Amino acid sequence: MSHDDVLNPKQMPHDPEKATLEGKNKFLGFWFFLGGETVLFASLFGTYLALNGSTQGENTPEHLFGLELVFIMTMLLLTSSLTSVYAMYHMKNHNFQKMQLWLVITVLLGLGFLGCEIYEFMHYIHEYEFTFRSSAFGSAFYTLVGFHGGHVLFGLSWITALIIRNQKRGLNLYNAPKYYIASLYWHFIDVVWVFIFTVVYLMGKVG
Amino acid sequence: MSTAAAQKSGFLATIWDYLTTVDHKKIAQLYLYTGGFFFLVGGVEAMLIRIQLMKPDNDFLSAGLYNEMITMHGTTMIFLAAMPLIFALMNAVVPLQIGARDVAFPFLNSLGFWLFFFGGVLLNVSWFTGGAPDAGWTNYAPLSTTSPGHGVDYYVMGLQISGAGTLIAGINFLVTIVNMRAPGMTYMRMPLFTWSTFVTSALILFAFPALTVGLFLMMFDRMFGSAFFDVALGGNVIIWEHLFWIFGHPEVYILILPLFGAFSDIFSTFSKKRLFGYSAMVFATVLIGFLGFMVWAHHMFTVGMGPIANSIFAVATMAIAVPTGIKIFNWLFTMWGGQIRMTAAMLWSVAFIPSFTIGGMTGVMLAAAAADYQYHDTYFVVGHFHYVIVGGVAFGLFAGLHYWWPKMFGKILNEKLGKLAFWPFFIGFHLTFFIQHFLGLMGMPRRYWVFLDGQGLNTGNLISTIGAFLMAIGTIIFLINIVYTAFKEPKVGGDPWNGRTLEWAIPSPPPHYNFAQTPLVRGLDPLWVEKMDGKKGMTPSEPLGDIHMPNGSILPFMMSLGMFIAGFGFIYQIDSSSWLIAVFIGMGITLGSMLTRSLKDDLGHHIHKEELERDIKKGAGK
Ligand code: HEM
Ligand SMILES: [Cu+2]
Repeated sequence: MSHDDVLNPKQMPHDPEKATLEGKNKFLGFWFFLGGETVLFASLFGTYLALNGSTQGENTPEHLFGLELVFIMTMLLLTSSLTSVYAMYHMKNHNFQKMQLWLVITVLLGLGFLGCEIYEFMHYIHEYEFTFRSSAFGSAFYTLVGFHGGHVLFGLSWITALIIRNQKRGLNLYNAPKYYIASLYWHFIDVVWVFIFTVVYLMGKVG
Repeated sequence: MSTAAAQKSGFLATIWDYLTTVDHKKIAQLYLYTGGFFFLVGGVEAMLIRIQLMKPDNDFLSAGLYNEMITMHGTTMIFLAAMPLIFALMNAVVPLQIGARDVAFPFLNSLGFWLFFFGGVLLNVSWFTGGAPDAGWTNYAPLSTTSPGHGVDYYVMGLQISGAGTLIAGINFLVTIVNMRAPGMTYMRMPLFTWSTFVTSALILFAFPALTVGLFLMMFDRMFGSAFFDVALGGNVIIWEHLFWIFGHPEVYILILPLFGAFSDIFSTFSKKRLFGYSAMVFATVLIGFLGFMVWAHHMFTVGMGPIANSIFAVATMAIAVPTGIKIFNWLFTMWGGQIRMTAAMLWSVAFIPSFTIGGMTGVMLAAAAADYQYHDTYFVVGHFHYVIVGGVAFGLFAGLHYWWPKMFGKILNEKLGKLAFWPFFIGFHLTFFIQHFLGLMGMPRRYWVFLDGQGLNTGNLISTIGAFLMAIGTIIFLINIVYTAFKEPKVGGDPWNGRTLEWAIPSPPPHYNFAQTPLVRGLDPLWVEKMDGKKGMTPSEPLGDIHMPNGSILPFMMSLGMFIAGFGFIYQIDSSSWLIAVFIGMGITLGSMLTRSLKDDLGHHIHKEELERDIKKGAGK
């Protein structure tokens, strides 16, 4: 396939993200990468569960967590996953501008989530003096949730960079796989959050 | 090569070429040189340990330096010598064995190498900045969390960076093997070396993230005041042991499986027979990979997990001996009735069988949890894992290098010198490590810097040290052989061993696009199938046409350099927060390079048909 066919395809195939060998490789490689990420988060969850009771005093999960904020965060992130699905739907229909629009909405929702998380951490630190260093539980909590937050931040920067870079030229066989795997990453982050919501917040409050 | 650099010539252009290369064959060479260098460093460290233990109450090394020496020896050998040398073979061979023109992600291939390189360098800088890590290669807390100075910080940052490189390499090989196989190269026609690379890469993918997390926790505890392993604040030191061994046991199979694959190819070639029990071999490889994840706690029998957990892990561990046994027998049956050629590669391979079997046997002994209370942390364990690691991994590397050297460099390593290197190494190996089992059973603990006189340990330790010197002599002869071969040996053709697999169907060393036309694979041992049909080489599966190749790039080097700089920043920001500048600069370089990579189009280039035709006239590409 010549470079021109990749950058300015005369006809877009139905699955532009998998139309080239590079695209296929990216697609598969990224799934493998997510497999590794799963082990990474599994290790962090394991550590968290092992240190769950090691609060060294007042700042226990029941005492700290407020489910209202966490509920809003969950809604923001779940919705952003849905909007990124819309974006991919428009990619498959070769409607570039709609795809970009839904991705912008995704980013905004993600930013909302991140804002809430920063607020939450600040709240714990200033109101409760519950920090990364105050107990093994504190270390485990901020590490697990913070790793997830770091992933959100990275995903947001990545998607934003793609949106800006390609705004002028539109969809082609070179950038379609990039968009696609960025959206896979975003779903993965969402799934991890569902587990954090359950294991950290729900079980912390009720369990 | 149509990158600008290759058209220039001279020394600097060559350096630039290697810094920016994404060609799997050149990356293989980089892994070989760097891994070889670290193998020598780890070897010198081993010699210093053995000199210290040559006689009772010795004071050749101080206690502290001794601890640094054993830690750096183990860490260097596993992460900086064995792994990269294995990657050297994988990079040199796997794309050729499946009929591919490169790996799936050439850019990431280069990134993987440079991350490993800078991680390794960072780790070793510690020698010059006030002391190397000294908490053992296992780095157990709280020994590691309370170790003074910055040694352990170097361990954490060095392994984190090089570990990221390994993970990337693993993903790369997985995708390469799934997506890049030539037409007709079904899974059940892949050579065993490719199969074992595939399984190994899966192990890397699922094992390394556990180490990544362990290292992060260790980093946070040591550098940012968290309390994961601080019992006073509710921490739990056993978490480290679990994370380390969830990575660590699969790691021993990551090391040995590729060489199992290499041995399989070697036995089959030099017995002039197809591998006995091919599908059983594939099955055993996959099963070992799977079981490798179920046994990590056999390193923790004495921690106090309780009889139930100990029993489960003991039985699971013993189960691994079954697929391993399948392999041993299949290798023997491959040789049975074959036309055996005792080349140097074959010599190392044949020697591997009894040596490794002894290591497997002591492994089953160790797996008996109740007995392990006696063996644990004694020289018996040191004997065990050196029988599998040296008798398996090191022998395999020597065998694999002898076997594939002509493919990599176009010359056969001198056979006489090859055999001359083998004998002192082989004898020295058994001399060094066999006696250590008995030293361990007599009660000599591992990781002690002296042993006392009058406890019956003197002779055994002296023998062990003499053996180590013999191994050093063997290694030096091997090095001499490399130099000798480079200057004195004649060039050989593409197929010097009368090979069976695809890599032998193309010239040595291969042109940088490997196959001018992608071959059509018609069976197991594809080249042999064609030879039996009276053909000279492979039948192409496509007409001659333009070939698409990736572009070189300096970005992988820059990304890794950024991590290297940031590594220093992380280590020293505890002393003074102005070091945070190094963190920002380093991460800035890395993230900036990543952004450049993401935003700047890189579509590769084409090699034109006319150019290929010219090459073929000169004898290449077939
Ligand atoms: C295949 C290659 C193998 C390698 C590279 C390998 C490597 C190692 C290493 C490095 C250790 C030392 C851990 C430490 O620092 O204490 C070890 C210990 C152990 N190995 Fe292996 N091993 C291999 C095969 C086996 C097999 C086949 C078995 C059993 C069937 C086995 C069972 C054990 C056990 C139970 C221990 C724990 C000993 C203790 O800490 O007391 N290993 N192995
Ligand atoms: Cu093990």
